[in-house]
Amino acid sequence: MPTIIVDGKSYEVGSGKNLLEACLDAGLDLPYFCWHPSMGSIGSCRQCALVQYRDNDDQHGRIIMGCMTPATDGARVSLKVEKAKEFREAVVESLMLNHPHDCPVCSEGGECHLQDMTVMVGHRDRRYKGKKNTHRNQYLGPLINHEMNRCITCYRCERFYRDYAGGKDLSAQASRDRIYFGRHQDGILESEFSGNLVEVCPTGVFTDKPFLADYSRKWDLQSSPSICSGCGVGCNISPGERYGRLKRIHNRYNHEINGYFICDRGRFGAGYVNGDKRTNYVGIKEPNGAFKAIKKNEISRHIIQWLGNGNIVGIGSPRASVESNYLLQKLVGPSKFSLGVSQTEHNILKRQVSILQTTRASNPSVREIEMADAILVLGEDLTNTAARIALAIRQATKNKAIAMATKMGIEEWHDSAVRNLAQKELSPLFITTTAATKLDDVAMKTITLSPDEIANFGLELARQLADGNSQDPQIIEIATYLTTAERPLIVSGPSLLNANIVESAAAVADALAMSNQNTQLSFTFPESNSTGSILLGEPQNLMLSDIIENIDEIDVLVVLENDLSRRLSAFEMTQLNASQTKIISIDVLENKTLEISDMVLPAASFAETQGTLVNNEGRAQRFYSVFSPLHDRLPSWQWVIDIAAVIENEELSAIASFDEVIDLCAQNNNFQALSSVAPDKNFRDHGLKIPRQTHRNSGRTAITANTSVHEPQQSPDEETPLTYSMEGLNRDQPSALTPFVWSPGWNSNQSLQKFQAETDGPLKGGPSGIKLIKSSGCGVSLDYDRTPSVSLKNNYWRLVPIYSLHGSEELSLHTKEISELAGLPFIMLSGRDADNMKVSDGDGVIVSGDDLRISISVRVSARMAKGCAGYSAGYNEIGHLTADTYVQINRDDEWQPLKPVVIATDRIASFKSEDNQYV
Amino acid sequence: MLSSLRTMWHIFKHLFQKAETVQYPEQMPYLAPRYRGRIVLTRDPDGEERCVACNLCAAACPVDCIALQKDTRDDGTWYPEFFRINFSRCIMCGMCEEACPTYAIQLTPDFEMCEYDRQNMVYEKEHLLIDGVGKYPDYNFYRVSGLQTATKDKGEAINEELPIDTKSLMP
Ligand code: SF4
Ligand code: SF4
Ligand code: SF4
Ligand code: SF4
Ligand code: FES
Repeated sequence: MPTIIVDGKSYEVGSGKNLLEACLDAGLDLPYFCWHPSMGSIGSCRQCALVQYRDNDDQHGRIIMGCMTPATDGARVSLKVEKAKEFREAVVESLMLNHPHDCPVCSEGGECHLQDMTVMVGHRDRRYKGKKNTHRNQYLGPLINHEMNRCITCYRCERFYRDYAGGKDLSAQASRDRIYFGRHQDGILESEFSGNLVEVCPTGVFTDKPFLADYSRKWDLQSSPSICSGCGVGCNISPGERYGRLKRIHNRYNHEINGYFICDRGRFGAGYVNGDKRTNYVGIKEPNGAFKAIKKNEISRHIIQWLGNGNIVGIGSPRASVESNYLLQKLVGPSKFSLGVSQTEHNILKRQVSILQTTRASNPSVREIEMADAILVLGEDLTNTAARIALAIRQATKNKAIAMATKMGIEEWHDSAVRNLAQKELSPLFITTTAATKLDDVAMKTITLSPDEIANFGLELARQLADGNSQDPQIIEIATYLTTAERPLIVSGPSLLNANIVESAAAVADALAMSNQNTQLSFTFPESNSTGSILLGEPQNLMLSDIIENIDEIDVLVVLENDLSRRLSAFEMTQLNASQTKIISIDVLENKTLEISDMVLPAASFAETQGTLVNNEGRAQRFYSVFSPLHDRLPSWQWVIDIAAVIENEELSAIASFDEVIDLCAQNNNFQALSSVAPDKNFRDHGLKIPRQTHRNSGRTAITANTSVHEPQQSPDEETPLTYSMEGLNRDQPSALTPFVWSPGWNSNQSLQKFQAETDGPLKGGPSGIKLIKSSGCGVSLDYDRTPSVSLKNNYWRLVPIYSLHGSEELSLHTKEISELAGLPFIMLSGRDADNMKVSDGDGVIVSGDDLRISISVRVSARMAKGCAGYSAGYNEIGHLTADTYVQINRDDEWQPLKPVVIATDRIASFKSEDNQYV
Repeated sequence: MLSSLRTMWHIFKHLFQKAETVQYPEQMPYLAPRYRGRIVLTRDPDGEERCVACNLCAAACPVDCIALQKDTRDDGTWYPEFFRINFSRCIMCGMCEEACPTYAIQLTPDFEMCEYDRQNMVYEKEHLLIDGVGKYPDYNFYRVSGLQTATKDKGEAINEELPIDTKSLMP
């Protein structure tokens, strides 16, 4: 490890670093703007100036840019010498020439890197008396606000948006002091990662628009360590609250998972927490069908009446925590519990877990995915089903460039040099999907196939890897790339609802792993706790269809955070509604299941309670409440305990704290480690609880003074080691308990480096989360179902699900901005089919199957498997379109771009394939 | 011993000095405009609310007795949706006034704030907002700031160039 000498003091630093990184790692405050720990250096802002000396005798030294100079062994530099200080102050002064007088009305203020750096270099008085440049702003959509006057031309936005995230519609424009960062014209930013501009831009040019509309300063936000519930990746987030409203979500660094970036669903998709669809009070259905609010303690009276023969059945949910699901299963018993997903989904996910438990390949974290050097994606549109993984794969395609640079002795952080050297060289990425994906631009090859064909393709590839007998040049080529790679990666998942795809992915990975133990196999899981719910499931569990079939024998059905209308057909929902069974729904938002329930128990959202979620990798992570639940809401695990008390289940009703719930869950073999996921409630940091508020949280004696001038006690938090106050220290605690980052002099999110062992490295508080899935490494025995694929008659299409980051996820869709971006539900056609039908984007078609007729809008995909048409999966209004049904599609001449209109749904039974009418 | 005598001598001298005590409230003392008493929110010379809801006063307040929420007008300018001072906590230190970048919040020479009911010491925006400019007659933050407003386009603020034409090819 090299040693550098800064102002006469020696520091040992990591190898392969530049001087800026080395100084920051050494705990020194060296200002910077354009360097980013994850995007490297380009030396454009000139802020990180140091003086470097040739040797001991050199008294003058020369000014160098810290971020552009390698930290070589024995390097002598000075941060403090007057020359360097003057230079850095001059840089800030020049950046300030045109900077507007905006701080009070800038939502970056208080967490602005430019403010921090200005104070750090000591620049105070503006000497320039001339006029300031101004710019027109652009409308960039509902998520990002643009205030171009504030730009300091560091280029971070463009480098993140284009180079890192692959966006096309934001760039640096014009020249000299006319330079402008924006789109070529007003319009919604296309990238799924646009929200990261908020954190990447060191100034207030790009800010969080929904947050701006209900703004509070960072110092006033109450935050907590939380986990995104948008998909199965489990990115770490830091949500901020004030006045009982969830205000914004920031990235929370997790070295293994999200690093510095999250997707826009994660950042902007939680607005539903404040929405008017939230359930607030216990509701009981009156005979006239309306709900009446009742007191919490009145629930027992009703439930006792309903008990009848005492046959209680529970339906869990892949979006509820491990604890809530586990308690409900415990309450009703495994043989009366359903995990709450469709049978197809259940089987595939269960198989994914069992594959991960036996595969010879390893199951990578997002960071490990970034290190792959040849990648095969089977059947997943990752940008829309596991966005953060797609971003990691995009980085992985740059590994070729890094390898080329390393060969020439160029450091990885030398970003523009690495890019220039590599030009268009990318690590091989192969994507087999039914439709175009956003990763296509970095793929070496995209292969457009129907779901069955994808599975066959994978199987063929696995055979080629095993015996090398394939005749297909494409298969041979891909096999060669995968076998010659050092760290090949196979990614697949359940999104096409085809079990064979998952099997074939496992076969490919296993075949590769025979000769290369660095082989990685990653599966996506659709919801935030899909993996956890599979792990806690028992073999006796019911399927949803079993419940519907025997619905009349059930007295009480407890539905936990699950909108069954997204899993059942309209017909099954009607059956559920028509039955005598009393339905108790515990949920966060109003939905179609609540409508047909007899009792509604208002559940705390992820922001109001704590629990554990297991991500796609099998990593269990704990999230904590940001504020205590308002109104009569309770955590759903608490509701289950309350129900247990009513039906006199002594074991559950004796539970007095969340930690006891965890202890109970640990009885399940898969969850023995659950209590070590995060410290228990007795944990103290320097003898104190960990504060959710900053030390400068304001207004304590005025916030509630309008109702009573006597200040209430801070709401207590008996369940966790965190507290709803500013007392305590936010430092030195385990990473799983870090609610926000701040450090003296570093008010912006750049203060993160004070929490890291090294820049872009692990956190000082250690890794957070515990991996619950370990592979035995004995290899997967294939379970491939060889039903021959059907060839379709002309004029029939097979429906395949198409996912959208904004629109396909249940809860986020109830956020105003997200539903605006989601747009109308749609049918996706290939260009050729669209031409034949004489429709284009935004036109309408009539989709007719044997039991439905829907008029719906059209999107055209750059590529779409032959005979397939996509439908927007997860969009609320079209629960009638389901995967693998066969439909006719015709132009709708009377199309009005409104909601899709369901013309008829006499769904009587599920699709009957035996009558063969489509083949 | 000596110091005790000295003290006694000093106190004795006071017998012959003019009394400072005034007959309050019949006789009002002179309080300078910068005296730190009851807090008001002022308006700019155009009669608009000056406060831009930046929250700096709240952050500066050592007893945390200011709470507000920012809201946005149709033209994008910021203003406080509510603004509350709990005067039963306020120590009239003037830190808020010092922190305020817009001269909105000002302390006045009115110190006569007595209530039988503490609740009446809680002032909302309608109680705080006065019709005048207070001690600073001229300042209007939005004339200086780069933010576009309904009455001021980009480039029309003090010391601003007209907006840049990014399409220009001039060197
Ligand atoms: S970007 Fe920073 S320095 Fe500039 S106006 Fe905003 S808060 Fe102030
Ligand atoms: S907009 Fe922000 S990130 Fe982009 S160049 Fe300007 S200051 Fe840097
Ligand atoms: S990738 Fe998934 S977990 Fe990560 S931020 Fe996006 S929605 Fe959330
Ligand atoms: S400091 Fe001034 S402008 Fe800012 S919130 Fe307080 S009164 Fe308003
Ligand atoms: S950070 Fe080194 S030049 Fe910008």
